[in-house]
Amino acid sequence: MMTKNIMIVGVGGQGTLLTSRILGGVMQEAGYEVKLSEVHGMAQRGGSVVTYVRYGEKVAEPIVEEGQVDVLIAFEKLEALRYAHFLKKDGVIIANDQRIDPMPVVMGAAEYPENILENLGKRYQVYFIDAMAKALELGNSRVFNNIVLGMAAKHMQFTVEEWLGVIEKTVPPKTVEINKKAFMTGYEQ
Amino acid sequence: MYVLEEKEMSEKKVMLGNEAIARGAYEAGVKVSSAYPGTPSTEISENLVKYPEIYAEWAPNEAVALEVAIGASISGVRAMASMKHVGVNVASDPLYSVSYIGVNGGLVLVAADDPGLYSSQNEQDTRRVARAANVPVLEPSDSQEAKDFMKTAFEISEQFDTPVILRTTTRLAHSQTVVELYDREEVSDKEYTRDAGKNVMMPGNAKKRHLVVEQRMKDLAEYGNTAAINRVEPGNEVGFITQGIEYQYVKEAFPEASVLKLGLVNPLPEKLIRDFASKVKTLYIFEELEPVIEEQVRAWGISCYGKDIFTIQGEYSANMIRERVLKQELDLAPEAQVPARPPILCPGCPHRSTFFVLKKLGIHACGDIGCYTLGAVAPLSVIDTTVCMGASIAMLHGMEKAKGKDFIKNWVAVIGDSTFMHTGLASLENLSYNQSTGTVIILDNSTTGMTGHQDHAATGKTLMGETVPAISIYHMCKAMNIEHVVEVDAFDTKELERIVKEETQREELSVIIACAPCALLKGQKFPYKVRAISDKCKKCGACLKPGCPALTKNPDGTIHIDPTMCNGCGLCVGLCHFDALEKYEKEGR
Repeated sequence: MMTKNIMIVGVGGQGTLLTSRILGGVMQEAGYEVKLSEVHGMAQRGGSVVTYVRYGEKVAEPIVEEGQVDVLIAFEKLEALRYAHFLKKDGVIIANDQRIDPMPVVMGAAEYPENILENLGKRYQVYFIDAMAKALELGNSRVFNNIVLGMAAKHMQFTVEEWLGVIEKTVPPKTVEINKKAFMTGYEQ
Repeated sequence: MYVLEEKEMSEKKVMLGNEAIARGAYEAGVKVSSAYPGTPSTEISENLVKYPEIYAEWAPNEAVALEVAIGASISGVRAMASMKHVGVNVASDPLYSVSYIGVNGGLVLVAADDPGLYSSQNEQDTRRVARAANVPVLEPSDSQEAKDFMKTAFEISEQFDTPVILRTTTRLAHSQTVVELYDREEVSDKEYTRDAGKNVMMPGNAKKRHLVVEQRMKDLAEYGNTAAINRVEPGNEVGFITQGIEYQYVKEAFPEASVLKLGLVNPLPEKLIRDFASKVKTLYIFEELEPVIEEQVRAWGISCYGKDIFTIQGEYSANMIRERVLKQELDLAPEAQVPARPPILCPGCPHRSTFFVLKKLGIHACGDIGCYTLGAVAPLSVIDTTVCMGASIAMLHGMEKAKGKDFIKNWVAVIGDSTFMHTGLASLENLSYNQSTGTVIILDNSTTGMTGHQDHAATGKTLMGETVPAISIYHMCKAMNIEHVVEVDAFDTKELERIVKEETQREELSVIIACAPCALLKGQKFPYKVRAISDKCKKCGACLKPGCPALTKNPDGTIHIDPTMCNGCGLCVGLCHFDALEKYEKEGR
């Protein structure tokens, strides 16, 4: 198969690393070569963060470049827009319908764009969910990533059992059940 | 060389580059490791502690870390030090000398460069340092090689009696790829015998050793001509000489090309390079950062393309080759014009509180290296300078000696606890000795914050998890004859304001230790959160001034506090004149 390219974008502190590790785990267990690339350090402090996941028969570079992304998983809307040009023409966006104002917007030096997801929908297939609201319904705001991941999982060829198996091995033991529930919430949307 | 095929394969695992380096150290039989945290090198030490066979520690700075490793090596065991590229500058004093001395047990310095500046103050290339210090450099291209090259590095170190640098970059250190794991090879300790001619660097001895070093580098260059880590991958008439992560971009964009993949990137193998160059029509040198290979290749009279078409700044990519070598039109969608999202201090960060007070008082700060460097950006904009670890304190002193005491009455130096312990101490010693009247604020959040919470001598815990007596920053300042040393809760803005006013006006050296743990440290959560009461809000925006990301404006101008982001520090509550912000108890979790 052709190498598949996934990009996870969000705001530092939103937990992109955990999501990439679950993705990587699923792909590796399915027998693919997997390469991931993460960001640590200063950018993690509330900045725009990017994680790449690639899988296939043989993978060379660990990053995904402009025009090559199959699935863009965005934990925040503005970040979906910022990195949309990384998508292939038939690429898919899975977005958390959440707005986090960057400092220039909070300070009134810049405006947060209106109707981001609707406008992106004119060019790409966009699926979105208010994962934070759903996570709070489940009782823990921090599982919102797995709701978004559940939605993204529908656009990949792995089975629900494969996903849940890796989630079980990756998240802290006390949070396995709620994280599985979160994943299914997104998957069944 | 290790013959991997002969060993029983135990397991395959996806590993971070840094995790693989730690595994490589383990498999190579390393006994001692010392390091100072710095992105992108930190996770090496954090992974080394998984192996009880290795003694691993955080040192106060990189010079100390390398010196510890040198001591361990001379005593007769395999030892390593790890650090980020700018840490190598701090360690360069011992590095240049240990190059003359060589090793007893193998000695490896892992140096992590940061092309693209993800978390650094410059983009320097450790290969330049290594060439100046006459130290061989190995550079891996993925996690598997990161692990394997650690073993090779120790073999080269012992075979050629030299310290070896394993160089990585951010992209390699923080990518995860598959690694085959093997068992640890216990290396028996070497005997220690006194050898002052080799181990005591004074002029008479060093003169002789310098000749040995020059010959050693020639021998290593010869070794590089045939060593397995330098590999030719034959292809078409277009040739690339490349190394490190850049090799992957070549394979991605142009798998048909001929490639000379260098694993030993210093010294360079002349015969191998000449031979490769003679077999291709066009030669590209594909190396991030400095034109180290390119300059040598051109000096040998071989024509090539390099920095004339690729960049010195930033990371490389496969698209760079597609566009600049293959001349492909990539037909990329335009980038959307959107507001930037620069990194910011976290909600509940005690540095925000301190900077808010300084901002209010119109104070300038000589800054330092850490999360608090973010005090340079709006809306706080308090920090005027950032140079390197520990510079803040000495620079304030330089300003005073240049422009007089009055000039620095609205200036302070700000430095974190870990950075103070790293190199701030020596600077403060200078202020005391040379009679400064400056004010130094130590932002003591009880951890090395930016790199992800590492302990140091003033936290009372070691890398391996031992509890030890914490060194008191307060008492060290007092021991430097500084009379005015004040500890204050960083969130007590009123008291902090009073103290800062008093100490900056006082014509004597003073130290203010602004204490409050990092908001991200485990167990440091406040029991409250804050909410806004929209009926009472007068839309004045006073609470937005410290730039907490949890606070935003609603469309009607009132304040919204995101409950998932609010940490409950309460800094904003004290700024509201209309009681429109209130603390509430967090639900039990």
